[in-house]
Order: sequence, then structure tokens, then C-alpha cells
Amino acid sequence: MNELSQSFVVAVDLISTLDPDLVEIVSLSLQISLLAVTLAALIALPLGAAVAIYRFPGRSAVVVVLNAMMGLPPVVVGLLVYLLLSRAGPLGEYGLLFTPTAMVIAQCVLVTPIIAALTRQTVEDLYEEYREQLASLGVPPWRAIFTLLRDGRYSLLTAVLAGFGRASAEVGAVIIVGGNINHLTRVMTTTIALETSKGNLALALGLGLVLLSIVILINGLSVLAQTIAARVEG
Amino acid sequence: MLDPKVSNGQPARTAREPDILPLEVDGLGYAIRGQWFLKDVGFTLEAGRRTCIVGPNGAGKSLLLRLCHGLLQPSAGTIHWATGSSRWQRRQQAMVFQNPVHLRRSARANVEFALSVQGLDRRAIRERTAWVLEATGLDHLAGRPARVLSGGEQQRLALARAWALRPRVLFLDEPVVHLDPAATRMVEELILKIDDSGTRIVMVSHDLGQVRRLADEVVFLHDGRLIEHSPVTQFLGDSRTAQARAFVKGELLG
Repeated sequence: MNELSQSFVVAVDLISTLDPDLVEIVSLSLQISLLAVTLAALIALPLGAAVAIYRFPGRSAVVVVLNAMMGLPPVVVGLLVYLLLSRAGPLGEYGLLFTPTAMVIAQCVLVTPIIAALTRQTVEDLYEEYREQLASLGVPPWRAIFTLLRDGRYSLLTAVLAGFGRASAEVGAVIIVGGNINHLTRVMTTTIALETSKGNLALALGLGLVLLSIVILINGLSVLAQTIAARVEG
Repeated sequence: MLDPKVSNGQPARTAREPDILPLEVDGLGYAIRGQWFLKDVGFTLEAGRRTCIVGPNGAGKSLLLRLCHGLLQPSAGTIHWATGSSRWQRRQQAMVFQNPVHLRRSARANVEFALSVQGLDRRAIRERTAWVLEATGLDHLAGRPARVLSGGEQQRLALARAWALRPRVLFLDEPVVHLDPAATRMVEELILKIDDSGTRIVMVSHDLGQVRRLADEVVFLHDGRLIEHSPVTQFLGDSRTAQARAFVKGELLG
């Protein structure tokens, strides 16, 4: 108990003095996750909306797979990306394994189905309301995708933020493809895992607090976005 | 018959354009899993009249409108417009729904969106939007988000959006059913104005007062069948069929 409270004091101290190691790790984490989520959103938003709008054979199977992939085990994603990027793998020649790029790829793979599945649900609900009006105006499906993405932007922001929460809190995939190399691929979650096992609880706890704050901040932002949307847009 | 007139500086449609009217509906039926909601409906809509489709709830009025507008595919029969490709025919029609759906953007942007779908250039879009917002008395609301407008304003915006497309035929599905008397009057006046510009009005209504005010002719449906297609004076005064007479008298139809 005493050790815990001591670690807590040191942890707060590390945060308040902006400890260089801590700042470096937090900033790398944010960069990787932001890039991964941006890429994932660029793929997942149109993809999810397309599945919501187009009717094609095997559509319900696609929806089931998409929903199931929301729960992809991060270590399995890590393993697959590892196999892709390792020297002997199909993308081995680019030498991406154990770089931040590999971590971006892994998080992107992990988060794309989450954003796509949530987008599919949101856009499908919206399309239910808009379908006849859009058909009457003669809006072609490809254009309806962008119209609906735009009109659902506040709900979709929540989907993207959920993806960001998942990306930044995930450890299994990035530790496999990143290797947790000091000053290179060490992010918040992998550092917490490592430092905890080393017994350096202060840094682990400090990073844990930062991570928690980020998650809370994301949820706060998403509530705020919905509130503003309801008031301004009707 | 109404002559095409010039309204608010916008030229009405001219006679030299090919006309999609008359609309010939023949043997029209619509069924879901073997149950017929509309059966063997046939009539012809000529140019230059306002038509109200009337009948009790569940008669198939909205369904008929959607089939004519091409939102649904008939299970039987044909819907035949006089001229043009099906794509062009679609461009000649617009529809206003019972609950208007507006995009989450300004009133003006909603009209502009509808026009941009038709492929108009930016200048034409701007001009026509400005014209229609003025003609419908909505210009002071142009910058407001469409979804925060009142029910009556939203319905007028839906009419403005439809009118901006300069359709030959405008389908309306009970456009005033959720509105108070003042808003209803404004919407009805607007409908007459649109009619005046040369757009053929085809409207679903179950309000006989409104039918009296707006219709030239009535298509009376009951239980998915066409009972009567007659001039409004005849329908309201001395209809041919017992069902229509009962409906006009306000009796419940079995």
C-alpha cells in the first residue's frame, strides 16, 4: 500500500514536471494512434457507408464479418502484420518491422473494422430516413454515401473517437510489430507493461494516468460534439 | 385548362418542350408476399388540371403516388409517360413527402443540393435558388439550418426545393397533415402558385375541404382499388358510386 502511494506521488511528479522520457513516450503514442486512426477513418467511413447503402449478394455476410472484426484480438492482428512485414514476408523488403510505421499499420488494421462497423450502423439508420427523398431527387448511390457521411458527421465523430480510444489503449499488436524499442517504438501501453514487470511502478503509473485522462477526454469530446450538434443542427 | 404563365420573372415551361403528360396508368397492382395493396388501377392524367387522390386510410393513396413517381416498382400493370427516356422522365417529376427530409445544412444549401444533383452549373444554381426562396417567402430563413425551422417552414422549404427543379409534375403526399390552419393556408397558396407556373399537381389528401379548394379532379381509391375518377364538382356533389357518396358524407367505409 505504501509502495503504491509512493509510486503515485512520483507519478504525479513525473507528469507535472513534464519528464522528458514520459513526454517522448506520450507524444510518440499520440502520433502513431492519430495517424493510424486518420488512415483507418479514410478507409472505413466510405466503406461502412457503402455497405449501408448498396444492396449486393452476400451483404449480410459482410455485415456479420464486419461486426465480428470489431472484436479482433490485437495479438492476432500483431502476428499477422508481423508475418507480412518480417524479412521473409511479402512486404519484408521495405524493412518496416520494429518501426513506428509498422505500429501505425497494426493499429490501422485493428481500428478500421471498428469504425467501419459503427459507420455502417449509423449511416444505415440515417439512410432509412433519407432513402425516399434522395431517390426522389435522383441522387446516385455514390453521392448518397458522401451526403449521408456529411449529415451523420457528429455521430460518426463518435465512431472515430471510439477507434482512437481502442488504438491508443491497445498493447498486444504494437508490442509484437514495434518491439518496444527504447526511444524508437516505445509507446504508453508497451512501456506500462514493461515497467510494471520491471517493478518501476512510478513511470508505469504516470503513463497510466495520462492514458486514462486521454480516454476520459475523448469521451468528453464525443459527448460535447453530440450536444452541440443537437443544439445547432436540429 | 391552364395556360403556362410567367410567374415571378421565371418563364414557365414552354409548349415547344416535349411533354411527359399525359400519364397513363393501366392495370396497376402492387403486392407484397401475395397480398395486394393496390389492384387493377387504371386512369389517365391529362395536362392542365390539379388532381387529388383521396380515400380512407389504407386505401393505397401514398402507394399509388410512389409507384407513379417511380420510387416503387409495380407488381402488375404499367405506368406510361407520354415521351422521353426514363431518366428524362424522372427529371420532369418531383415529390414532396408528408414528413419532409432536409439535410443538416442551411435552407439555402438544401435547395442548392437538389439542383446540383441535376447537374446545373454553379451560377444557374445560385440564381434559381435565390428566385425560389424569394417566390416562396423563405429568403429571410435561407441561412438557418433547415432542421430547426418550424413544421410549416420545413414543408414550404420542401415545396421550394421541389419547385426549384421546375418539374412538369409535382407529387404531394398529404403535405399539410401535420400543420396548423395558418401554415396549411400558406402551403396551399404555394401549391396554387406552383400550379400556376405550369407544374401539374398530383396530391394525396383525405381532407375534403382541401380537395374542394385545390382539386380540379379526384381519383378516389378504396381498399386498393380505383372506385372513381371524376371532376371535383361531380365527386363532391353527385358521385357515381355509393362508396364515394358515403365517403363524401363522412360515413365510415366497411
